Amino acid sequence: MAKKAKKGYVILEDGREIKPHRMSTGQYIIQHKWLYLLWLPGFIYFILFRYVPMGGLVIAFKDYSPFKGIWASDWVGFAQFQKFFSMHDFGTLLYNTLGISLLSLFLYFPAPIILSLFLNEVTHSGYKRVVQTLVYIPHFVSWVIVASLTYQLFNVTDGIINLIYQMITGHSFDILQNANTFWGLIIGQDIWRESGYGTIVFLAALSGVDQELYEAAKVDGAGRWRLMWHITLPAIRGTIVMMLILRVGGLLNTGYEQIFLMRNDLNISRAEVFDTYIYTKGIKSGQYSFSAAAGMFKSVVGMIMVLISDRVAKMCGESGLY
Amino acid sequence: MAKKQMVKNGVRVKKSVGDRIVDVIIYVVLGLIALSTVAPFLYVIAGSFATEKELTEKAFFIIPTTWSLNAYKYAINTANILRGLKNSIILTTLGTLMCMLFSLTFAYPLSKSHFRGRNWMMNMVIVTMLFGGGMIPSYIVYSAYGLLDTYWALILPGLINPFNMIIIKKFFQGLPTELDEASYMDGANDLQIFTKVALPLSKPVIASISLFYGVGFWNDYFGSMIYLSSAEKYPIQIQLRSLILLSSSFSDAVMDYYDLNGAPPDKAVKMACTVIATVPILCVYPFVQKYFTKGVMVGAVKG
Repeated sequence: MAKKAKKGYVILEDGREIKPHRMSTGQYIIQHKWLYLLWLPGFIYFILFRYVPMGGLVIAFKDYSPFKGIWASDWVGFAQFQKFFSMHDFGTLLYNTLGISLLSLFLYFPAPIILSLFLNEVTHSGYKRVVQTLVYIPHFVSWVIVASLTYQLFNVTDGIINLIYQMITGHSFDILQNANTFWGLIIGQDIWRESGYGTIVFLAALSGVDQELYEAAKVDGAGRWRLMWHITLPAIRGTIVMMLILRVGGLLNTGYEQIFLMRNDLNISRAEVFDTYIYTKGIKSGQYSFSAAAGMFKSVVGMIMVLISDRVAKMCGESGLY
Repeated sequence: MAKKQMVKNGVRVKKSVGDRIVDVIIYVVLGLIALSTVAPFLYVIAGSFATEKELTEKAFFIIPTTWSLNAYKYAINTANILRGLKNSIILTTLGTLMCMLFSLTFAYPLSKSHFRGRNWMMNMVIVTMLFGGGMIPSYIVYSAYGLLDTYWALILPGLINPFNMIIIKKFFQGLPTELDEASYMDGANDLQIFTKVALPLSKPVIASISLFYGVGFWNDYFGSMIYLSSAEKYPIQIQLRSLILLSSSFSDAVMDYYDLNGAPPDKAVKMACTVIATVPILCVYPFVQKYFTKGVMVGAVKG
């Protein structure tokens, strides 16, 4: 039991170490040609649609002109990056992006965890299932529909929530065209749409908890809070850390869809983030190299942050992502 | 499960009054949360069947007093909506089939522990989860491929979603290896084992991942906005966006027509279009729901 086999060796029951016959790679490929043929289309896909665009990032170091093409365009070194970092809007973009992400980290991130803890307390399985089924629904609905619903509920002319607000306070409140409420609006939509679905991973982790742990603790006189604190929370701690790593890695990814749908001329000062800016500058106004540089900055920082938080999680004894 | 054990072990502790109050609070709060997730849908569905008159007079109702299909008639007669629906159905069906084909075939070899090269092949996938070209280089490369203004620009870039692929791979890994051995004995090759043994056993993961891909295609609007330029190719989400979010004075355009027929159908039509774009999702949802929690769970447990 204690003996460990050397690389490539196998230990038999009587303790002998033998090296099993290993066929050559050529033989293996011929024997399993179907496996390689099944794998091939996906491989070609990854090259053409994931790696070639990565190579396309060279335009961030060039002055790309669609007429000259990627290779013939002139090299400009880091000029695009310099332009990006020194421009006046950079501070605003960073402020809005981090503002939305951090607010979401503090307000949205705990929501599915709390909801899972609540669901975990429900002993009536039918009730639990109904609630789960209902709260998962918004996740499957598009951002366009979420935005449409928001508009139909909150707009100042005939939005129902605005009408109720008007009845109570006597004046209307435009949450949709107001720079100060934009971040709250985005986080609110996030919480409404994703909290329910976000519980799945936590509930999956909880389903692995041995129920006898709870019984034993109850016999020892533990109350509801102690059960939650000493059994339930430790059971999902690894999952929480994993989700947090992903979240931190995505701090600069606010996403385009949602923000793009909710922004308008009146709230743009709080609604312009890296993602929307890259779209506007790149696709709309054709400054390809400049916006590619902006995008590259974002991806590189994102990757570094994922790797750092993964390392930190491992140092703290969690299993991390990779 | 929990209950049974409690009785069996004879340690069923009677709940205190305080515990019961907490229970009630939890049930009520969860009920309210569930209600708040569906209330906007109920409001819009009710409104879409109501007359414009009722919508302007009453603030909130769940069942309209007079039912009317006018909003739907108008929505369907607005050619864009019907065409958008048709486009979305084409895009979603074609896209989901292609994605499943590529993801299943790619995941299967990687699920075999003896598959030579699987380490670097997996690393190649994981790199793309960490880093990517981003929107602009992708746009330039895909236009060089000649994909602009075609549905291929929406389908091909996402053929294999690494997360979905890993879920499928984990599922395949969970199938008993004895099946492989037995089939090899019977003289089957890897392709035959894949199509005749592995795929029929993989219905849960196929159902849930198809749902993920399908919902993605149905809900996509940003891709269409970037890559599609001809209006006749626009899917339903783009139509819905321009109807509700871009033209809040939508009724101006149809005022002339509806002046003859009474109040403009502005609000009810918007609601009807929202319902039309949502219903397909809500229709498949119950069928796949039992599968997708399973599928997601397999993926959530890493290993």
